[in-house]
Amino acid sequence: MNQLVAVLLDGLIYSSWLFIIAVGLTLIYGVMKILNIAHGSLYALGAYSAASLAGYWINQGHAPMGSFAVMLVAAILVGLIAGPVIERGLLRFMYGKDEIVLVLVTYAVFLILEDFIKLTWGVDPYFLYQPYSLLGSFDVGDLTYPVYNLVLFGAAVLIGVVVAWVLTRTRQGKMLLAVIHDREMSAAMGINVGRVYFITFTVGAILGALGGALTAPMISVQPGIGAETIVLAFAVVVIGGLGSLPGAALAAILVGLVRSAAVHYRPELDLFSIYFVMAIVLIVRPKGLFSIQEARKI
Amino acid sequence: MDGNFSRPLKTAAAVFAGAALTIVCATGNAQDKPIRIGVVTFLSGPAAGPFGVPAKMAAEAIVDSLNAGKAPAPYNTKGFGGTPLELTIVDEAGGATKQVTELRNLIERQNVDFVIGYISSGDCLAVAPVAEELKTLTILFDCGTPRVFEEASYKYVFRTRSHATMDAVAGAMYLLENRPAVKSFAGINQNYAWGQDSWADFTAVMATLKPDATITSSQMPKFGAGQYGPEISTLLQTNSDVIHSSLWGGDLEALMLQATPRGLFNRSQLVLVAGEPYLHRLAGNMPDGTIVGARGPNGVYAQKSALNDWLRQIYKERAEIYPNYPAYSVAMAFLGLKAAYEKARGAGGGAPATDEVIKSFEFLNFDSPAGKVMMKLGKGHQAVTGTAYGTTRTVNGQVTVGNVKYYPLEVVQPPEGVKSLDWIKSGMKPGKW
Repeated sequence: MNQLVAVLLDGLIYSSWLFIIAVGLTLIYGVMKILNIAHGSLYALGAYSAASLAGYWINQGHAPMGSFAVMLVAAILVGLIAGPVIERGLLRFMYGKDEIVLVLVTYAVFLILEDFIKLTWGVDPYFLYQPYSLLGSFDVGDLTYPVYNLVLFGAAVLIGVVVAWVLTRTRQGKMLLAVIHDREMSAAMGINVGRVYFITFTVGAILGALGGALTAPMISVQPGIGAETIVLAFAVVVIGGLGSLPGAALAAILVGLVRSAAVHYRPELDLFSIYFVMAIVLIVRPKGLFSIQEARKI
Repeated sequence: MDGNFSRPLKTAAAVFAGAALTIVCATGNAQDKPIRIGVVTFLSGPAAGPFGVPAKMAAEAIVDSLNAGKAPAPYNTKGFGGTPLELTIVDEAGGATKQVTELRNLIERQNVDFVIGYISSGDCLAVAPVAEELKTLTILFDCGTPRVFEEASYKYVFRTRSHATMDAVAGAMYLLENRPAVKSFAGINQNYAWGQDSWADFTAVMATLKPDATITSSQMPKFGAGQYGPEISTLLQTNSDVIHSSLWGGDLEALMLQATPRGLFNRSQLVLVAGEPYLHRLAGNMPDGTIVGARGPNGVYAQKSALNDWLRQIYKERAEIYPNYPAYSVAMAFLGLKAAYEKARGAGGGAPATDEVIKSFEFLNFDSPAGKVMMKLGKGHQAVTGTAYGTTRTVNGQVTVGNVKYYPLEVVQPPEGVKSLDWIKSGMKPGKW
């Protein structure tokens, strides 16, 4: 019984992390039909910025609890700078081109940002371990978990709810959904599609950076973390259905639980767990769990 | 007539003089031409910080010092036998397939004379046959898998550090000497050659030395997994006396950051076979009492000698910290190659051919900052050394090691011709060296 609880708890914590790193990717694809490989670099930039700024905050002797706010500010700053620079400076010239071209363009941005990270922060790792244990821990049976894991869970739920609410309950969100459904018709109805793209990409960039900032206290922040993450995020988004927010949430839960069960019961299967889920889902639903129905244009 | 005769003669003389000048220049260039050494090490990715970059800095510091003739005897001739060294450094990141391509580039396009490289066991296994095919002397300087020379035989490939069996054998011996009542153990190792071999060797040694100890769990996360929540829960639930890990790079750092607040190491004795490079990096997250290896008597375990003092000094001048074990691995590779090259060159001889260097290298004994290195295994291509283990303790906020024990090579190394696992399972009888 204890083990089952541990599987569920570990699975949900891992799912939360997966959802946080994938939500920005799926949002950008849903609106702009761009598979943004540079999402991995935005994640890495968020992690580096959080580690640097929050580390500086703590080293200066400020209240350690303030480091959470600094991490958040760091992620928002990264998104607000990198998002507009990439979208206005590059992507807007590529709209209307084939999706594969845009994948290659964002891959190029990814490579550039990876080198930018190395030039800026070097190759030595950065540590921001204090926030991970700052909130204390709680026990479930004979297992101890840092409360920070609940922060991850809460952040994932909050991000999911807020994004869903904005999309379905606000005027801006409904305009965005209209653009998702039909870009040309939306433009004809007076929606400033370029502005929607700009805002969406910036929000996606902030979410990517937030994923990195929230992960920074659990890892050693070093070159290459973006590449590892984009693969996982991409798998989650594909399983859920490209561009589907509920799909990404369900996919994250599925992958998290399956991986957790594999680690607990059959560790040798851990390596394949995410791809096992991906293969099964794509066999049954080739476009993912919640693939968005596309109207056929005649 | 004279005029007609003298013009072709003058032309011929000019051509001859030009050709002679070209030959003289070419000869001059050949004499001054530096020996080009390709160094392959992680410059990016999770292994760069603790392994790759220290190895790169050590290589640069060593080459500068050797070229200046400032290394202690017997390495005090400039460069290799008076010929200066020139480095071409390549990033090891990107996986085995990329490294095979990079090795071909190094040899065929950049025309390096020798290659010193490879931290990842997966990369070593992949590039060794290619180095053989391209007939270029290649030294594997840091990877650990015993399979390189136990499952194949190479002419052009050498490894100047001991393979990983020693780490498992000495680690288990040290553990049982200090905690003889161990009843159960678990492992968390990366799911590729290095992690699999380390765990296989450790479990085999424990089965030999402590047959009543039970294996409670074997976690094999993928390289670069980064998130270890379920693995830590599983290990916590096993309540094992001991947790063995050969994790390294960012993976080890992430595990320590995530497991320490969850109290995993309060319940279990941690054995890190490759933990030495992290001592100064994980202060506050490296629990006291952790058993730590350095894959040989390297780094904090290296004993005082002129060569060790030299490496520590030149490395500290460049990196502002003392060298960790990957820096010692690089030093062994350069000094071993220098010793072999100069032995092949002989007194007053010219540049030796690769085959002559290989002949000198096989079964060579040479001194290193970590002590004597003997090329005794793999038909003279695989080095053996003793090793050391210690236990961490925090002093004034700095993590250091105490209770250090040195193990001679005969008790931790399988003899030539015997596979590591077979030697362990047959009782690990000390070999004759």
